[in-house]
Amino acid sequence: MAAVLEVTGLKTSFATQEGAVKAVGGVDFSINKGETLGVVGESGSGKSQIFMSIMGLLARNGSATGSVKFQGEEILGLDVQALNRVRGAKMAMIFQDPMTSLNPYLSVRRQMTEVLIQHKGLSEDQAAKQSAEMLEKVQIPEAKRRLNMYPHEFSGGMRQRVMIAMALLCGPELLIADEPTTALDVTVQAQILEVLVGLQRDFGMAIALITHDLGVIARMADRVMVMYAGNIVEKGSVRDLFKDPQHPYTQGLLESMPRLDETEETRLMTIGGQPPNLQNLPSGCSFRDRCRYAFERCPVETPLLTPFAEGRSKACHLPSL
Amino acid sequence: MPPAQPLAAAPIQPVNKGAPLLTVQDLKVYFEVGGNRLLGKEPGVVKAVDGVSFDLRAGETLGLVGESGCGKSTLGRAVLRLLPIHAGRVVWLGQDLAKLDDRSMRGVRRDMQIIFQDPLASLNPRMTVGEIIAEPMQTFQPGLNKAQVRDRVKAMMAKVGLLPNQLNRYPHEFSGGQCQRIGIARAMINEPKLIVCDEPVSALDVSIQAQIVNLLMDLQREMGMSLIFISHNLAVVKHISHRVMVLYLGKIMEIADRNSIYYDPLHPYTHALNSAVPLPDPDQERGRSRIVLKGDLPSPLNPPSGCPFRTRCPRATEICAQVMPDLLPAKPGHLVACHHADTPRGN
Repeated sequence: MAAVLEVTGLKTSFATQEGAVKAVGGVDFSINKGETLGVVGESGSGKSQIFMSIMGLLARNGSATGSVKFQGEEILGLDVQALNRVRGAKMAMIFQDPMTSLNPYLSVRRQMTEVLIQHKGLSEDQAAKQSAEMLEKVQIPEAKRRLNMYPHEFSGGMRQRVMIAMALLCGPELLIADEPTTALDVTVQAQILEVLVGLQRDFGMAIALITHDLGVIARMADRVMVMYAGNIVEKGSVRDLFKDPQHPYTQGLLESMPRLDETEETRLMTIGGQPPNLQNLPSGCSFRDRCRYAFERCPVETPLLTPFAEGRSKACHLPSL
Repeated sequence: MPPAQPLAAAPIQPVNKGAPLLTVQDLKVYFEVGGNRLLGKEPGVVKAVDGVSFDLRAGETLGLVGESGCGKSTLGRAVLRLLPIHAGRVVWLGQDLAKLDDRSMRGVRRDMQIIFQDPLASLNPRMTVGEIIAEPMQTFQPGLNKAQVRDRVKAMMAKVGLLPNQLNRYPHEFSGGQCQRIGIARAMINEPKLIVCDEPVSALDVSIQAQIVNLLMDLQREMGMSLIFISHNLAVVKHISHRVMVLYLGKIMEIADRNSIYYDPLHPYTHALNSAVPLPDPDQERGRSRIVLKGDLPSPLNPPSGCPFRTRCPRATEICAQVMPDLLPAKPGHLVACHHADTPRGN
């Protein structure tokens, strides 16, 4: 299968007064055409910063090194003009909070048509027509009338639909969705996920789905990568990873979630300690001070992401759990 | 590094029989919005809580679930008399709270506490952790001397999993999960009978949520307080609660023990909520038939006639637009408000 996105040795760091903070510590992964890659992690795991680096959206004090190939072409470090030919058109991103990602001063029509006029050189009328069609595809009722409204006139779920519609206007090969349903109620989340599944079926784009919600991952993803303290700690198919997690962190995350379908009254398992502080990581394996299996080798040697079965890899010194 | 905690056989505290701690009868909390008296424009009325009744027993956890805007936080606050009520009664250990003057109310407040969603925002950044936790105790137990206060604060810090030597630190030096522990310590210091927990784990990372849920359940087992646990996370609510109340636009749709709410829901809205929660299991997730509700919660300023859920309800018929169904028992302890409710499967 052809990879849409191929990332090798990506490192992202931020210059701060206390020195450089390594948000992403060197990750390799790829996303194939039409597949959904789930990216899981807690706050500070670097899951969002990977994709901000790829989109060229890092904060001013951030810098990224390594290689990011989009459809075979190197895009990391491109200047803004060159990057703008790719992002927004072939590669689009949606965010957690649709209100802050939409411009409150401009009508939805103005914000949507701008994309098509910029990237595709359409006329205002053609652009408006296509925008309304796209709003229909994300199941916004009365799309033509809604097009002329302003973001504050939409509910949270409707705003996220507008964001998705806007991202898909140019028919991207890759949609990066950063916590797209985290701010929404479960009922609305179910609607949005259904819209995404339908659009992927119709348009065939690949999706990178960044979330901390393992339920959403189980529903949506084909493959999953689990992030901890800036590194990938486990990677594999969604089925393998949920049925047989092989990194202690993945195992801990799955066990610490209360399940709606639990039948027995069990105490929740927990991962002790706190999410990682990137400025003060332990030596060796970053997870070791929260790991229930840690042994002598863990503080001394940093485990590398290593394949251990067909399509699966993990960064852990233990042969198996 | 502490080892993984062992599984406890019965992690949930059994509930005391006997007189309820709290009885809420036909509670209504209304807000006026917009309007302008000068221009003669009538304000709109939002019925945030509209005729809610329930009992809460000592040592019991009642979960409140529903979408944003359903009135769950308003209900939690109105019970504590943090919001003025429009009608109805809140009876606390036999006393009608609305009838208490400020001085008597102050006495009752010692026994009712609240924990908020944003742990850092709910702590005063200029006070040390020790001062924050001590404040409610100094307010209600002014007779304690300094050493007694410090000892009790330290004991409480240890109980909620904070290091007692962090007494003199400030909130910003703690992570989100630790700040929530500080909030819990502050709420627990006077050994209250009721704590309203308003989305206490929603802002926390997954691995920290479980720590806080376990802590609240441990404290309940040890100290026996009741909890009103408000959350939009149904799985967390089901795990921690004895009973669950499902709210929609200020009205109770269904209330039952936690297993019935999930395994034998009778209200179409409860069905829809359950089926919207993604399970962390790819096989089940993909094989599931799902009820996806159409549209959003209607505007609370202009709620639908009859049953408020009818505009999104797959079972709605003519009668639903005309008559709000009463909340009636379908079986003992299981109440549902729906013209087309399922029949309970029996015990």
